[in-house]
Amino acid sequence: MEEQELTQEIKPPANTKGLGRWLKDNLFNTWYNTLLTCLALVFLFFALKGFLTWAFTEAEWDVIPANFRLFMVGSYPQEQIWRVWNAIYILSVLMGLSAGLWGGLVLRFAVALSGVWFISALLPVELSTRGWCLGAIAMIAVSFFLGRGRTSLRPWILGGWILSFPVIMVVLRGFGENGVLTSNWGGLLLTLILAVVGIVVSFPLGVFLALCRQSNLPAIRWVSTTYIETVRGVPLITILFMGNVLIPIFMPGLDINQVLRMMIGITFFSGAYMAENVRGGLQGIPRGQHEAAQAVGLNYVQTTLFIVLPQALRSVIPAIVGQFIALFKDTSLVSIIGLIDLLGVAKSVIANPDWLGLQAEVYLFAAVIYFVFCYAMSYASQDIETDLGVGKH
Amino acid sequence: MENNSPTAVSEKIPFWRDVRVLRVLFQVVFLLGVILLLAILYTNMLSGLRRLGLTLNLNFFQDEAGFGISEGISYDPSDTYLKAFWVGILNTLKVSIIGVVCATFIGLFFGIARLSSNWLIRTIAAAYVECFRNVPLLLQIVFWYTAVVAQLPNIRESLSLFGGAFINNRGVYLPSPEPTSSLTIWLWFLGAGLLLAVFLYVLRWRQLQRLDRPGFRAKWALPAFLIVALCGWFLTPGSPFTLDLPVLQGFNYQGGMSFSPEFSALLIGLSIYTSAFIAEVVRSGIQSVVKGQREAARAVGLKEGQTLRLVVLPQAVPIILPPLTSQYLNLAKNSSLAVAIGFPELLGIGRTMMLQTGQSIPVFAMIMVSYLVMSLTTSAAMNWYNRWITRIGR
Repeated sequence: MEEQELTQEIKPPANTKGLGRWLKDNLFNTWYNTLLTCLALVFLFFALKGFLTWAFTEAEWDVIPANFRLFMVGSYPQEQIWRVWNAIYILSVLMGLSAGLWGGLVLRFAVALSGVWFISALLPVELSTRGWCLGAIAMIAVSFFLGRGRTSLRPWILGGWILSFPVIMVVLRGFGENGVLTSNWGGLLLTLILAVVGIVVSFPLGVFLALCRQSNLPAIRWVSTTYIETVRGVPLITILFMGNVLIPIFMPGLDINQVLRMMIGITFFSGAYMAENVRGGLQGIPRGQHEAAQAVGLNYVQTTLFIVLPQALRSVIPAIVGQFIALFKDTSLVSIIGLIDLLGVAKSVIANPDWLGLQAEVYLFAAVIYFVFCYAMSYASQDIETDLGVGKH
Repeated sequence: MENNSPTAVSEKIPFWRDVRVLRVLFQVVFLLGVILLLAILYTNMLSGLRRLGLTLNLNFFQDEAGFGISEGISYDPSDTYLKAFWVGILNTLKVSIIGVVCATFIGLFFGIARLSSNWLIRTIAAAYVECFRNVPLLLQIVFWYTAVVAQLPNIRESLSLFGGAFINNRGVYLPSPEPTSSLTIWLWFLGAGLLLAVFLYVLRWRQLQRLDRPGFRAKWALPAFLIVALCGWFLTPGSPFTLDLPVLQGFNYQGGMSFSPEFSALLIGLSIYTSAFIAEVVRSGIQSVVKGQREAARAVGLKEGQTLRLVVLPQAVPIILPPLTSQYLNLAKNSSLAVAIGFPELLGIGRTMMLQTGQSIPVFAMIMVSYLVMSLTTSAAMNWYNRWITRIGR
């Protein structure tokens, strides 16, 4: 009798899965959550209704396709547009090869990029543009299959990425008067160039400054600390204004054009912030690592390059990518100085009498572009973090 | 011994291999390099200025500015450049301080909402944070200015809130409290209430210490103070304040407080953008307190509010404060983006001064020093507060 009672089967709790259960657990588990859910639903309903009504009945989206070229490349001359496409093709080949070699995140980005080109080709654009778009997809696809599985190519591709930076600059600029002057660079193209140059140059600058600040030679430490704290205490726009006004005064002999001046300003500014992020990583390296490196006979440069930096940088990837995102957003400040970047184009389109009163449409479009790039970067950062197992070692 | 012993030779290290000498030498060379660089820049600057026909002097700060400033403390175009600059500093401080307060409240709200057990609330808060964090602040400010504030109805068709506050495309008009002669009497009541509150606070504190249990120290003091203040309000002959309502006169509203469209757009942009970052700071700070702490607090019988106040917050606040400080500083520095919409703050006025006088170098120096002083004092104050709070928390 007793035994029977012990072995009596207990029914499993009913309804642990399914939509109803999920709703009950996540939206209606207590009386105040039920109330909050209802309030949020009402709020969402009115907000969405208002936005969708505006977006589909009042908003005049014609302004976007009519000025699309302006948004993308600014006043880059039509007959030289092949330069931009060549630059895109170089990147597409590298991207396809990397997607084949590494897979994972790069592959996902390559697929997304192909999707963007495909949708662009479907839109009512000129025939030549459609051709360029489909060509880009073909480039990515072909190089993907070429690269797949050939792991021995990896170092070459990494070299290719590094080399692609100056090559693309030359392709975009051309030579002398036959090329495209930097004053004609604009739109998203200029935003991306400023951001990439800023990222590529300010990262090593930041690492260098951080190492200087951690140095045990006081003179170097003081100079570096003074620089970092001064730059971090001042808004970027001040530095850009100073770059614009003071570089011609301080460097009279050199003819530095405005785009280059902005690049210098952004890099010097971002370098100081990057240095603080890297310093956080350097301080997290236990002393034993330095001592062990010295014990096996490595000198300062070897210790830093092979022992300290790989560990320090890995631990601060989120902060560094956060700084990259901030830098990307900060490039919009050059529109105050007078460059026509993505935001600058948006401002000039609104100022055009043909498109008066369309501020909301134009700025929303620009905001979506900025959002996509920033979100892609933070997505990549999270992915790299999980790949490297930050915080798990 | 004719030969020197080998040990004596190795003890005497030549100076070019002596680490101590090398360290000093290297630093001297480095400093000389830095000084050389600065000297080159200085001579370049002098020749550059000569080419432009300018001389460096600070006397122009005493000259008549001659340009108008649309808002801020009382200022006249016939005042000096120095006064104009001071107006700019005060405008920067004004928008920064109000912005910090707004951003903190909005950020706290969304940071806590991100931790809600309600999926919908959590998701809306996450969408808010991601949307406003990933779009450049400058774009947001320009959007609020040109697409929202400038599109508000004109003066004649102002939006009215409760008949006392008005919003139109010329600005926001709010009623403001004006002190009357009976204010001093009420202030006496407030003083008495404060004394009583301090006395009750200490009494309650002693009681809690005697009982050796946690509790709300201001449990007696706070209501006592409120009751005295409220009684005083009604006992004072006449009201201590009168409300100064904005009234439409001619082409504009007169009286009350008003905020210009530029100020409103800047404030909205700065507050919302910074609040998205503050929400993340708050969320990660609260999440960093391990769950076991909360469970243990519940297990020893602390109530929900006590758990938050006595266990979670004392551990979360020291983690939250440093990144919060840097967000405040970012907000103050970002207020300089007002140059894009024409709000007359430090940088905007500095720029006008530069254009008028051509003295870009001293004006830039003044701007940089002002921002540095603001940043350094804020971080010093927050560091002091941080030390204080970590001391009492432990």
